[in-house]
Amino acid sequence: MTDPLLSGVGITKSYGPTSALRGVDIEIAEGELVAVTGPSGCGKSTLLHCLAGIVRADEGTVTYRDQDIGLWSEAARSRLRRDDFGVLFQFGQMVPELTAAENVALPLLLAGSGRQEARKTAIGWLDRFGVADLADQRPVAMSGGQQQRCAVARAMVTEPRVVFADEPTGALDRLAGEQVLTELVRAVREQGTAVVLVTHDASISAYADREITLLDGVVDPSGLGVAP
Amino acid sequence: MSTAHVLLGLLAGGPRHGYDLKRAHDERLPKAKPIAYGQVYATLGRLERDGFVAPSGQDQESGPERTSYELTDSGRRRLDDWLAEVETPAPYVTSTVFNKVVVALMTADADRARGYLAAQRTAHMTRLRELTAAKTAPGASVGDVVAADYAIGHLDADLRWLQTTMTRVAELQKEVTS
Repeated sequence: MTDPLLSGVGITKSYGPTSALRGVDIEIAEGELVAVTGPSGCGKSTLLHCLAGIVRADEGTVTYRDQDIGLWSEAARSRLRRDDFGVLFQFGQMVPELTAAENVALPLLLAGSGRQEARKTAIGWLDRFGVADLADQRPVAMSGGQQQRCAVARAMVTEPRVVFADEPTGALDRLAGEQVLTELVRAVREQGTAVVLVTHDASISAYADREITLLDGVVDPSGLGVAP
Repeated sequence: MSTAHVLLGLLAGGPRHGYDLKRAHDERLPKAKPIAYGQVYATLGRLERDGFVAPSGQDQESGPERTSYELTDSGRRRLDDWLAEVETPAPYVTSTVFNKVVVALMTADADRARGYLAAQRTAHMTRLRELTAAKTAPGASVGDVVAADYAIGHLDADLRWLQTTMTRVAELQKEVTS
């Protein structure tokens, strides 16, 4: 078996006296969609933050392409997030002052692309998610589903190796959520992008290739995510 | 009996023979189980006996002779009635699953029931994943999506029940064994 693209071994993380993760192991292969499920407070978002290098684990290692990213400086992890990772949250978290195209172009501009080229690429991705006609609209003029499509376009615009999605459809109605997820899944399959998908919902988890379930900061092998 | 009514529905557009009915059934109801030829002919036999369909001719296009059937007036009325009937809103799969949980508690213990719930959840998730993959596949038709959604909605409801029941196994056991 080939080495996983991204893995965590024995990930442990506490916030003050609260223990969020207690020795979690996880592996994500290139192009694989892995759901992280479990009830509220089980540690799934913390796991996503540790894997994405947003927070440092107290114990354990996070390895990306054979490198222990826990040993990297904040600046190096920041570059990694910009160049290789895409993130997607429950609420699109679009910059309200910027248009859709500017929001989507932002990661490219931060990575040093020229303005014209970044806009062209951004509009290409907006088009792919069916919202190119909103390119010059600000988020306030869009529905939740349209904003989330823009957020998906922004997460994909740098063609990342991994997308981290934390309850990406949590703020949408069922149909809008399904449409956004279907489009995301089709795009990542085509690009060969891996996804870590955090959700508490079985029907959302079913979009992934497999799932791991957390309960009180540890992996629950039964998959039920409830204490007996 | 739903298959009979689906066949009546397929005949509403004009006469067809058994092979044609099977093909149209499997094509139109992609997530339903493919219907066996034997079942088509047996069902047509019953529908003919009850006066809902009648033979309308023989068709011998480059193959064995086949009898075509058409809808009778009575069959058309039966189809209309069926379409207007609301189904009893009774859960179906979960009732078997529920029975198993209770029997496990009566004949074994809470761990047996929990083990079963976990295994059932895995099976449900596997199917949910397959159906979701089918509807997100590039080129999935609207028919594929709608059919998958129907099954997904039911499996999702079962999964919620499996999960909440897991938290109640100990209490349920006390009740069942008291």
